[in-house]
Amino acid sequence: MDWGNLQTVLGGVNKHSTSIGKVWLTVLFIFRVMILVVAAERVWGDEQQDFVCNTLQPGCRNVCYDHFFPMSHIRLWALQLIFVSTPALLVAMHVAYRRHEKKRRFRNGEKIDIEELKNEKMHIRGPLWWTYTSSIFFRLVFEAVFMYVFYYMYDGYQMPRLMKCEAWPCPNVVDCFVSRPTEKTTFTIFMLAASGICMMLNLAELCYLVIKVCMKGARKTT
Amino acid sequence: MSWGFIRDLLSGVNKYSTGIGRIWVAVVFLFRLLVYIVAAENIWKYEHDEFECNIKQPGCENVCFDHFFPVSHIRLWALQLIMVSTPSLLVVFHVAYRENREKHHNQKLYKSPGKIDGGLLCTYLISLILKTGFEIVFLVLFYKLYNGFKVPRLVKCDMRPCPNTVDCYISKPTEKMIFLYFLVATSCLCILLNLSELSYLIFKYSIKCYLKRYIKKHQDSKSDCCQSEIIRHHRPAAAGRFLNNSPSSPLNTQNEHEKSSPLT
Repeated sequence: MDWGNLQTVLGGVNKHSTSIGKVWLTVLFIFRVMILVVAAERVWGDEQQDFVCNTLQPGCRNVCYDHFFPMSHIRLWALQLIFVSTPALLVAMHVAYRRHEKKRRFRNGEKIDIEELKNEKMHIRGPLWWTYTSSIFFRLVFEAVFMYVFYYMYDGYQMPRLMKCEAWPCPNVVDCFVSRPTEKTTFTIFMLAASGICMMLNLAELCYLVIKVCMKGARKTT
Repeated sequence: MSWGFIRDLLSGVNKYSTGIGRIWVAVVFLFRLLVYIVAAENIWKYEHDEFECNIKQPGCENVCFDHFFPVSHIRLWALQLIMVSTPSLLVVFHVAYRENREKHHNQKLYKSPGKIDGGLLCTYLISLILKTGFEIVFLVLFYKLYNGFKVPRLVKCDMRPCPNTVDCYISKPTEKMIFLYFLVATSCLCILLNLSELSYLIFKYSIKCYLKRYIKKHQDSKSDCCQSEIIRHHRPAAAGRFLNNSPSSPLNTQNEHEKSSPLT
């Protein structure tokens, strides 16, 4: 059980997405999940062991680390990716419900090809349009919330080399040094950029869907 | 043998679940299992190595760690996930039993072996009650073992061989607390989903039972009334029309129930 399973679930939704949605999914898995798993986790892997404070006072390092990193970047990103992927499940459930209804009609005597039903691409109209746009809206909200939480927790996106800590039991203001600050800053900016691109793709998809529906409505009235 | 087993088990159960049951499976997969594996496990990975006491006395750290963490949060979390997923096996076994029976008798004994009716309904309800029970037991266990869901930065330890009351510092307490609260929230959500599913099934099948009884009563009284009308007015057509089975008539479900209930 890992990110691969999430990819399988979302891959199923990919069939019924717009082209922008497919691009979004690709960006999500290649530039965010994969980078997180193969690179970022290694960079942050030794974060507490290599967090060094200029004191021999036992406990000072633990307390200072906890003070400056209430929640690790890696965990925040993992949660962000999970929350951002979840709204796509709404679409998956809606599609599954539609298929179930069609199967029921088939059982009641209507002629429907089961194989075709399994591979059928559902068009985004009617109630599915509302589910799809709601899922994009929630994705945007979750992305924005997590970016704000990041900014608020870490006072910006840069990882400093040195932090000054005076939490008890440190005897005075103690210098604490973060491991690999430049590498961590690089990856933070990378993940931030990928997040920004995903938000723009979601906005573009939302606009596209709304404009499509408006144009359809205009065509019907004329 | 790893978490893939739980994933396969839950995927198997998904087929025989109600809509609410599928939402429960999705919540367990994404917000509990996935979060555990990709995030939570790493937070508690070096908890013993990073647990530091303000003393050089050998053995003091070990003893204090053991005193404050008899069973680690992460192990309790894993146990909870396993125990909560396991009652679904009852449903899987029951469906397999039904399918086996059909194969053995070489005839169609049930409308559909995976349809939640008769004995399978009881099994499903029992699995829901067990799941809810396990969730509540583990939440209470967490609460009692750790005096709430808070993880303090500092604990004071005076176990032997520590020479006096010693300050011991827990690593990453804030992060651990955030994830514990996340665990509690998802647990409560799962309890709510289980209770809603329980109520929905009980309500649905009570209404079905009540309607069946009502229709049967109505049928009996109508047939008595019709018989006397036949005697008086010679009108068999009305009785015949009333007794005709239409696809949506409750009489169909009555027949299905009679077919499935004695055999489960």
